[in-house]
Amino acid sequence: MARNGVGARARRKEDSRFLYGEGQYIGDLRFPRMREVAFVRSPVAHARLNAVLVPERLRSAVFTARDLAGVLPLKAVSPLPGFQISEQPPLVVDKIRQVGELIAMCVADTRAEAEDIAAQVALQFDELPAVTDMIEAQKPGAPLVHDTVKGNVYVNVAYDGDVESVAKTAPVKVTRRLRTSRQVMSPIECRGFIAQWDKRLDQLILHGATQFPHVVRSGLAQVLQIPELKIRVVSPDVGGGFGYKAVLAGEEVCLCWLAMRADYPVRWLEDRREMLVANANCREHYYDITAYADRTGKILAFDAKAAVDTGAYSSYPFTAAIEASQVSAILPGPYDIPVYRCTTAAVATNKAPQLPYRGVARPGCCYAMELVVDAIAREIGREPHEVRDVNLVRPEQMPYDNVTDKHFDSGDYPQLLRMAVEAIDVDAVRARQRRGEGDGRLIGLGMSMFSEQTGHGMTADGKRRVLYEQTFARLTPDGRLEIRAGIQSIGQGLETTLAQIGSEILGLDIEDIQVKLGDTELSPYSSGAWGSRGMIWAGGATSQACKELADRVARIGAALLQTEKASVSLRDSCVFGPNGSVSLRAIAQAYYLSPNELPSDIDPRGLEVTNGFSPLRLTGIHTGAAHAAVVAVDPEVGAVEILDYVVAEDAGTLVNPMIVDGQIFGGTAQGIGSALFEQMTFDKQGQPLASTLADYLLPGTAEVPNIRVLHMETPSPYTEFGIKGVGEGGAIGPAAAIANAVNDALRPLQVEITEIPITPRRIVQALAAQRRTD
Amino acid sequence: MKPSRFDFVRPASLNEAARLLGEAGGVAKAIAGSQSLGPMLNLRIAQPELLVDLTSISELTAVTEHRDHVEIGACVTHADIEDGRIPDPSLGLLSFVAGGIAYRAVRNRGTLGGSLAHADPAADWISAIPLLGAELLTQSSRGARVIAAERSMVSSFVTTLEADELIRAIRIPKMSPRSRWGFCKFNQKVGEFAHAVGGILYDPDNRRFRAVLGAIETAPIIVADATTLFAGPFGPDLDKRLDVNAVLALLDAKAVTDEYTRQLAPVALKRAAKQASAS
Repeated sequence: MARNGVGARARRKEDSRFLYGEGQYIGDLRFPRMREVAFVRSPVAHARLNAVLVPERLRSAVFTARDLAGVLPLKAVSPLPGFQISEQPPLVVDKIRQVGELIAMCVADTRAEAEDIAAQVALQFDELPAVTDMIEAQKPGAPLVHDTVKGNVYVNVAYDGDVESVAKTAPVKVTRRLRTSRQVMSPIECRGFIAQWDKRLDQLILHGATQFPHVVRSGLAQVLQIPELKIRVVSPDVGGGFGYKAVLAGEEVCLCWLAMRADYPVRWLEDRREMLVANANCREHYYDITAYADRTGKILAFDAKAAVDTGAYSSYPFTAAIEASQVSAILPGPYDIPVYRCTTAAVATNKAPQLPYRGVARPGCCYAMELVVDAIAREIGREPHEVRDVNLVRPEQMPYDNVTDKHFDSGDYPQLLRMAVEAIDVDAVRARQRRGEGDGRLIGLGMSMFSEQTGHGMTADGKRRVLYEQTFARLTPDGRLEIRAGIQSIGQGLETTLAQIGSEILGLDIEDIQVKLGDTELSPYSSGAWGSRGMIWAGGATSQACKELADRVARIGAALLQTEKASVSLRDSCVFGPNGSVSLRAIAQAYYLSPNELPSDIDPRGLEVTNGFSPLRLTGIHTGAAHAAVVAVDPEVGAVEILDYVVAEDAGTLVNPMIVDGQIFGGTAQGIGSALFEQMTFDKQGQPLASTLADYLLPGTAEVPNIRVLHMETPSPYTEFGIKGVGEGGAIGPAAAIANAVNDALRPLQVEITEIPITPRRIVQALAAQRRTD
Repeated sequence: MKPSRFDFVRPASLNEAARLLGEAGGVAKAIAGSQSLGPMLNLRIAQPELLVDLTSISELTAVTEHRDHVEIGACVTHADIEDGRIPDPSLGLLSFVAGGIAYRAVRNRGTLGGSLAHADPAADWISAIPLLGAELLTQSSRGARVIAAERSMVSSFVTTLEADELIRAIRIPKMSPRSRWGFCKFNQKVGEFAHAVGGILYDPDNRRFRAVLGAIETAPIIVADATTLFAGPFGPDLDKRLDVNAVLALLDAKAVTDEYTRQLAPVALKRAAKQASAS
């Protein structure tokens, strides 16, 4: 039998249906008498809504906030001290706070007809001055986005340290002001939902593209004020998540409300324009950093003031605090920083709420920290990788608690750095730079490192354990394994990797294991797929459930072999005793179909198990990586080509190295988007300036280079098999590595870019500004 | 989004199409490859009451070769040109430009005439076709016209075509065998609209030395006598002779003030000149 347990490069079980175009997404589902919804959305960013005028003949097809009596506003409250609470009504009640905000729901037989209706709904409003910049928003006298959010700051997250005492004597001081642009997370499939009421089960059924069906169910029960028993959430195939499908928002609340009253299913399928303009906003940080170092580049103190543009609402369930709290906590990265001070403000603005995109705040933190490390290296005239090495947490310090109390469980960061330095061949790149290029382009080398807290299980205040994960495992009467988990696969291959864990423990081929995901009715409760937690938590729970199942199987096997349980072992899908073996199939058949062959005291709990797992430490499992990029910059037109890209990654024990590579490739592609392409800009009135993918640029196949991935496997002491999280890592490093590479290339021209994405326009303008100062 | 309601007709002849457009009195739009109009319909930026589909009119996909020119039907696709399925009057310039348009899926459907009629300033043909000294042969219910390509586009999305007037074909003069060309388009990613376009055409036998500066947010600048930009006639190392100030003066005349465009435009022309004059 082919070995396809933990560590096997097994082919993905789910790919057949995807490759044949037979996946089932929300857009593929059809229910009898299903109708379609289009929303009337706000055309302005900030206004008092005075009236929604619906033509009388359309009254039965249009629903406004007034109709949604009994539906509570969404309220995502962070436990962090000082968090200022705001509410997000599913439909605007009196105040518009962003372009694209939901004002009315229109229903018709087709989406086009629903849009026709929406076009006939008129709005009366008084526009208010819009708050569009996170720095301006904090100034006294700035218009308030929410009356309840004083100073437009949802929360300030601060760490204090005695920077001043170091500052007096530190020989090296560098200061940088850095910005990352607002991005739009862009899964191929936008959001979409179908809501209907099942009269037989007396239950609301919501089919939705979501990363966490159980969390959606809990949220809906709250705002709709009905028991969770009355709600089933089913997530069919999900065409990319990236955090965009880890929210509960107004559209699905409205849809459910309507389905509870209408005798037909209703669907809303988000289109790309809605996604870009109204919904999928993320990133956008500002950093003002001063670092103090000695002459070797060792950081003595790090002083940061940061802001994140959190937008108009505290999105459910991750709140308006998630990004800011992570910025302050994660900025120190993989470095041993003795003195640290940072305040990060989560700022309310009249833009779409900031949602938790792959890596959440980490790509921004990594970008900020790593640009400062390179700035220190330039200041003291050392190779940037040498400065990194001076500051990295050493393997002999593990486990290590850093300056923000992050607990590094294991790993070897200097080794990751050496792997990347060697693979990218720093010396060869430097030699090439000295030679120069025939075409006039400038070569640059950039690196970045980070420590990623994956699969954590605590609230932001570190006080409460909030997460659970269980798996249900059943040996079927024909001796195959059924695994059900409440997490959902959003492209990361859980139908394969959870089967590999089952295979590892029960010895079955993964072809004889089926994994069923994403349905609240069929699975134990799950916090869902986010935070690089899937394999740590759901993989761990699957391991626990299968181990318990193995134990029960061994008991029955021992009975069939007429021996003691202590004398049997399970391997290759058979139970072996001292004098023979019996297959799992024979055991299952005996248990279900011929129990007369078994002793009467056999365990009545049967061959079905639900068991759970949480890591031995809930503060996260720390994964690390080093990224290295070589770029060529055309200074005449600002073009950047990535010539080489290396990722050295420690994700602990790899369950399926091929799938891990895929995660890193995809994440790196998205990081290249952050570095060079993606930005959602706004005018002074808060109008988003891109509404199609012709205006909002994503990297395409031609813009993503061959990415060389090197693995180091340091098992975590706190998880099953030593697994660490890896879903987000790829997206964290590229912006920093590429920005450092571009700045390395532009160094002879004395230009340093401090804002991403580094577009041709940004390079050309920076060079022109430099020429003017010459 | 989905389009608002419209009627749809697919006439079989050019005269029928011209009649339908004429009778509609401005509420109709002609549609061919639907690669630009399609998204505009979906976004409801365009809300015509009638769409006149030109894809069943065989004369619009006809290509005829004549002694000194080739006439390309307006509904010939970018991919037809890219793949060399039609006679080439341009020593490869047309297929080079065609291969750089958007993505293959767009090129399979998008048409030459449609792109010229749409007149997106960042598109490719609106720069390349006037560079070649081509003419647009048009048809409306009032009759036929011939419009010099360089006088067709007025500004961003505005042409001298009447609302009910169709481009029937594009007449492109044949370049003599000794001709040289260069064409340089900058964009940040494959498939994106151009940030800058520069083109050079040199045809000694027909005494033509032309240049184009495109993707300048308005109609491209056609320079009928490019000696003014290069301080003299076509020759080796042409790129080294580019007079950047002369280029900037042309941009000034079109009120192009964007710093980025002003940096890129001369570079695009310089690189086109290098391509054209490379030995």
